[in-house]
Amino acid sequence: MKAHRRKKLTIIGFIATGLAVAIGLSLYALSNTIDLFFTPSQIAAGEVSDGQRIRIGGMVKEGSVEQSQDSLHVEFVATDYSHDLRVRYDGILPDLFREGQGVVVEGAVANGVFEASRVLAKHDENYMSVEVKAALDAAERDRAMPVMATEGGASGT
Amino acid sequence: MWQWFYRLGSPKWFYEMSGKWLPWLYVLMTVLMSVGIVWALLFVPQDYQQGDTIRIMYVHVPVASISLACFPLMAVAGIITLVWKMKLADMVAKCAAPIGAWFTAVALATGAIWGQPIWGTWWAWDARLTSMLIQFFLLIGVIALRSAIESPDDSARACALLAIVGAINVPIIKYSVEWWNTLHQPASNFSMDNESAFGPEIWVPLVIMIFAVYCFFVISLILSTRNEILRRERRAQWVQDIVAVEKV
Repeated sequence: MKAHRRKKLTIIGFIATGLAVAIGLSLYALSNTIDLFFTPSQIAAGEVSDGQRIRIGGMVKEGSVEQSQDSLHVEFVATDYSHDLRVRYDGILPDLFREGQGVVVEGAVANGVFEASRVLAKHDENYMSVEVKAALDAAERDRAMPVMATEGGASGT
Repeated sequence: MWQWFYRLGSPKWFYEMSGKWLPWLYVLMTVLMSVGIVWALLFVPQDYQQGDTIRIMYVHVPVASISLACFPLMAVAGIITLVWKMKLADMVAKCAAPIGAWFTAVALATGAIWGQPIWGTWWAWDARLTSMLIQFFLLIGVIALRSAIESPDDSARACALLAIVGAINVPIIKYSVEWWNTLHQPASNFSMDNESAFGPEIWVPLVIMIFAVYCFFVISLILSTRNEILRRERRAQWVQDIVAVEKV
């Protein structure tokens, strides 16, 4: 490679590296604002003031969904498995909404409860057929079964 | 050692060789695309959560992943343009920009169509979606810059620089779902086991579709570049000869 070409290539390399570092640092500094949602732990730590419009993300806690019989009112607990946050919502839930499912909720904290204005469903990257899901669930039940059997035996004696 | 590199840079050589590659690429694309689409639409099992909506993935993922190849390609071509002043590299870079913009637009559109039934929204300002939108605007910017500067050499240099700078966005798009919390799910892990999530019954047709769409991208790029070669080299003797033969 000729000298002037090598020089040009080095200049381009410096510009690209410099820019990449600059952009990387600014993104790192902004990472809190780039995150789409707060977690229940961040809410519990008091990172957000009451009434501030934010999004929270978490899992719908198993057995926590209470659907009103005569209105669209629904309450559930969003959890990140270390902290819980109670969510109140009046409106139509997405089809994918169910217990154990990820959700992103828009709204604001009021007296320790999250008043939601919109609920979005978050899904994971584990695509599989109905049959595979059933087989995996069955395998999990089989693994859990012996434990329960021994526990049952222990309490019996 | 650099012999092959300089030969590759000759528009005439590329024009002749690509003419020979094209028929093979057509056949390959037709076969892969038909197999992939029929498989994805008719034979892939329904997802346990999303049902038939999962089939959007077989268009969305190939188009999105190939749109990410566009900026690195333009950046490499840009470096070659700046350092070696190779004309062909600039022609490829020029033709890749609008194709990449279309791929990015289709990825954004299919993502919105997928998001509406599954997430419950067409759009969210999360890191993945926003960085992809930025890529779309960057590509529009490259196209605009190209036509804004009149001197071909200056516009080639300016676009090369913008492409190199814009390529920094590609790893941001790729890792956005890991670095920040987003509505978009992270990339799936391929599993060899049919009895687990994202097993071969789901990803084999996806891989076929990715190759098919890659063929489509390469064919579009080659056809577009061939046009650009004829336009820019129209005063060269070998182009005059081709035109003369076509006219007869």
